[in-house]
Amino acid sequence: MGRYIIRRLFALIPVILVLTFIVFTILHLTPGDATTIILGSDYTPELGAKLKVQLGLDRSLPVQYFHYLANLMHGDFGMSYVTRAPVLDQLGVRLPNTAWIVVSAMVLCVSLGIPIGIRAATKPNSVFSQFAMVFGLMGVSMPIFWLGLLLILFFSVRLGWLPSSGLDQGLKSLILPSITLGFNYMANIMRTTRSSMMESIRQDFIRTARAKGVSEHDVIYDHALGNALMPTITIIGMNVGTLLGGVVLTETVFSIPGMGRLLVEAINQRDTPCVLGTLVVMAICVAVSNLIVDLIYAYMDPRIRAQFGAKVRKA
Amino acid sequence: MMPASATARPFTTKKEFYAQFKKKSIAYELWLRFLKNKTAVIGLVIFGSIVVVAIIAPWITDYKNVVIKMNIAERLQPPGSNHWLGTDELGRDILARIIYGARVSLVIGISAIAVSLLIGLVLGGAAGYYGGRIDSIIMRAMDVFLSLPDVLLALAIIAAFGNTKVNLTIAIGLAFSPKFSRVVRSAVMGVRDNEYIEAARSIGALDWRIIARHVLPNCIGPIIVQVTLYVANAILTIAALSFIGLGIQPPTPEWGNMLASGRTFMRDFPHIVMAPGLAIFFTILALNLLGDGLRDTLDPRLKH
Repeated sequence: MGRYIIRRLFALIPVILVLTFIVFTILHLTPGDATTIILGSDYTPELGAKLKVQLGLDRSLPVQYFHYLANLMHGDFGMSYVTRAPVLDQLGVRLPNTAWIVVSAMVLCVSLGIPIGIRAATKPNSVFSQFAMVFGLMGVSMPIFWLGLLLILFFSVRLGWLPSSGLDQGLKSLILPSITLGFNYMANIMRTTRSSMMESIRQDFIRTARAKGVSEHDVIYDHALGNALMPTITIIGMNVGTLLGGVVLTETVFSIPGMGRLLVEAINQRDTPCVLGTLVVMAICVAVSNLIVDLIYAYMDPRIRAQFGAKVRKA
Repeated sequence: MMPASATARPFTTKKEFYAQFKKKSIAYELWLRFLKNKTAVIGLVIFGSIVVVAIIAPWITDYKNVVIKMNIAERLQPPGSNHWLGTDELGRDILARIIYGARVSLVIGISAIAVSLLIGLVLGGAAGYYGGRIDSIIMRAMDVFLSLPDVLLALAIIAAFGNTKVNLTIAIGLAFSPKFSRVVRSAVMGVRDNEYIEAARSIGALDWRIIARHVLPNCIGPIIVQVTLYVANAILTIAALSFIGLGIQPPTPEWGNMLASGRTFMRDFPHIVMAPGLAIFFTILALNLLGDGLRDTLDPRLKH
C-alpha cells in the first residue's frame, strides 16, 4: 500500500507542472502591464521599467515560468501585486476558512446522503422514497447561490436563528454555508447510492444470502451495501472539484473571507501571482482528495486490496 | 397499435395491405418510447416554452424602453397587475428582464456546449478510435484539465481574456471539453470493434470517413444525453459567473447578475431574488428531466 501511495504522489508532479504552465501562460497573455497595477498613481515610465527588472518581468516567458517553478518548489508563491505581501501568507489566512466549509459540507452530505439513498432503495415504493427522488431531482437542479440567498432570507432574516455572513460565530455560522455548498453534492450522493443499491439488491448473491437465512439488516448493510458503495465513492471523489468551484459562490453569498473570495478579488484586481497561487493550491487540493478517494476505493474493493497483500475482510 | 386495428377490417387496397409490414422508422419508435416517459415530456414542454419565449421576446417587450431603461419612480414595486413579477432596484420590470435573460443564457449555454462538443468529437473520437499511444497522450492531457474544477478553469480563462460574451462562451466551452472528450471516447470505444467498421475498413475507406460516417452516428445516443445535461451545466455556470461579477455585466439582463444586484435589497423586497432564481431552477430542472428521459429512451439498459 505504501508503494502505491508513493507512486500516486509522484504521478501528481506532471499534473501540477502542466497545470501551472497552462495557467501561467494564459495569465501572461493578459493585456496590460503589471507594473501599472502595482505602482498605481505613483506610476512613471522609469519606475515601471525599474520594477519590471526587479520582478523579472522583462525576461522571456519560459524563463519567468522556470523562476516561478523554482520558487514554488521552495514554497514561495510570489508577491501579491496589490497588497505587496507574500501570496502564501494570504493563502494561509484564507485556507482554513475554506477548509471548514468544505469539510463540514462533506460530512453533512455523506452522513445524510448515503442513509437516505439506502432507505429509498430498500423501500422503493414508499412515500419516503418518492419524496427522496423529488428532493434529489430538485437538489441537482438547484443553483446553490440562490439556495444560499433563500436560506439567509428564511433562517437569518425571518427567523433570526442563524448568522447571514462571516464565520465568527463558530459552528452556528457554519450551518448555512455548509448546507448551501453541499446541497447539490448531497442530492448526487443520494441518487447514486439509491440507484446502485437497487441494482445490487437485485443480484443473485443477495438472493443467496436471504435464502441461507441472513437477517434482513445484514443483507442490506453487509452484503448489498459493500457492493453498492463503490459508485457512491466514485461520485464523492469526482465531485470534490465541483465542491471547490462551489466554494467561490458560497463564500460570495455569505461574505466569508476564504480562498474563493480571494480568487475573485485577485481576478478583479488583476493580481496575477495571487490568481496563480490560489489556482495551484486548489488544484493540489483536488488532486490530493482524488488520491484519498482512490485509496479508500482500493481499501474497500477486495479485488484491488488483494493486490497489495492486505487481509481480506470476512464477509 | 396499427396492426391490431388494421386486421379488424379487410384491406381495401394493395397499398394498405403492404403498409402493415413496413417497418416504422427508428426515430418514430424512439419518439413513441420517449412520449411514454411522463417526466421527460414535462421537461421537454418546460424547456420548449422557455426557448419559444426567448425567441419571441422582442415581440413581447421592448428591450430599450423596458428592459434596460431606469425608472426610479417605480423602483422596488412588489408583484402586481402592472408588473407581474414586480420591479427591481432601478424600476425595471423583472418579468421583461427574465424573458430577455433567457436569450442570453440559452445562446451562450448552447453555443458553449457546441464548442466543447466540437473539441470533444475531435479529441475523444481520435483517442477512442486509434487507442494506444494517441489515446494515452490525449487522455493524460485531459486528466490535467479535469484536475481543475470547470468553474475555476473558466475563471482562469476569463481572468486572462476578459469577460465578453464570446470569451465567456469559449471559456465555458473549453472548460467542459475534457468531459465531452471522455464521453465521446468511451462511446467510440464501444463501437469501433464492430464488424461493420471492419467491413468499411476492408473496402478501403479512409479513417476520417469511417469515424465520421460509421463510428460517430452509432454513438450519437450517449452524446445527445450528455449534451442535454451539459447545456444545463453551462447555463448554471454562466449564472454563477455573473453572480460573482465576472460574467455578463449589467445592464444586460442575465439571471445570475439579476440575483447579484438584487441581493442588497432582498431583506425588505424578497420578490427581487425570487424570479431570477426560479428561472434558473426551472431551466436546469427541465433539462435534467429531459436528459434523464433521453437516457432511458436511447439506452433502456442504463435505466436508473
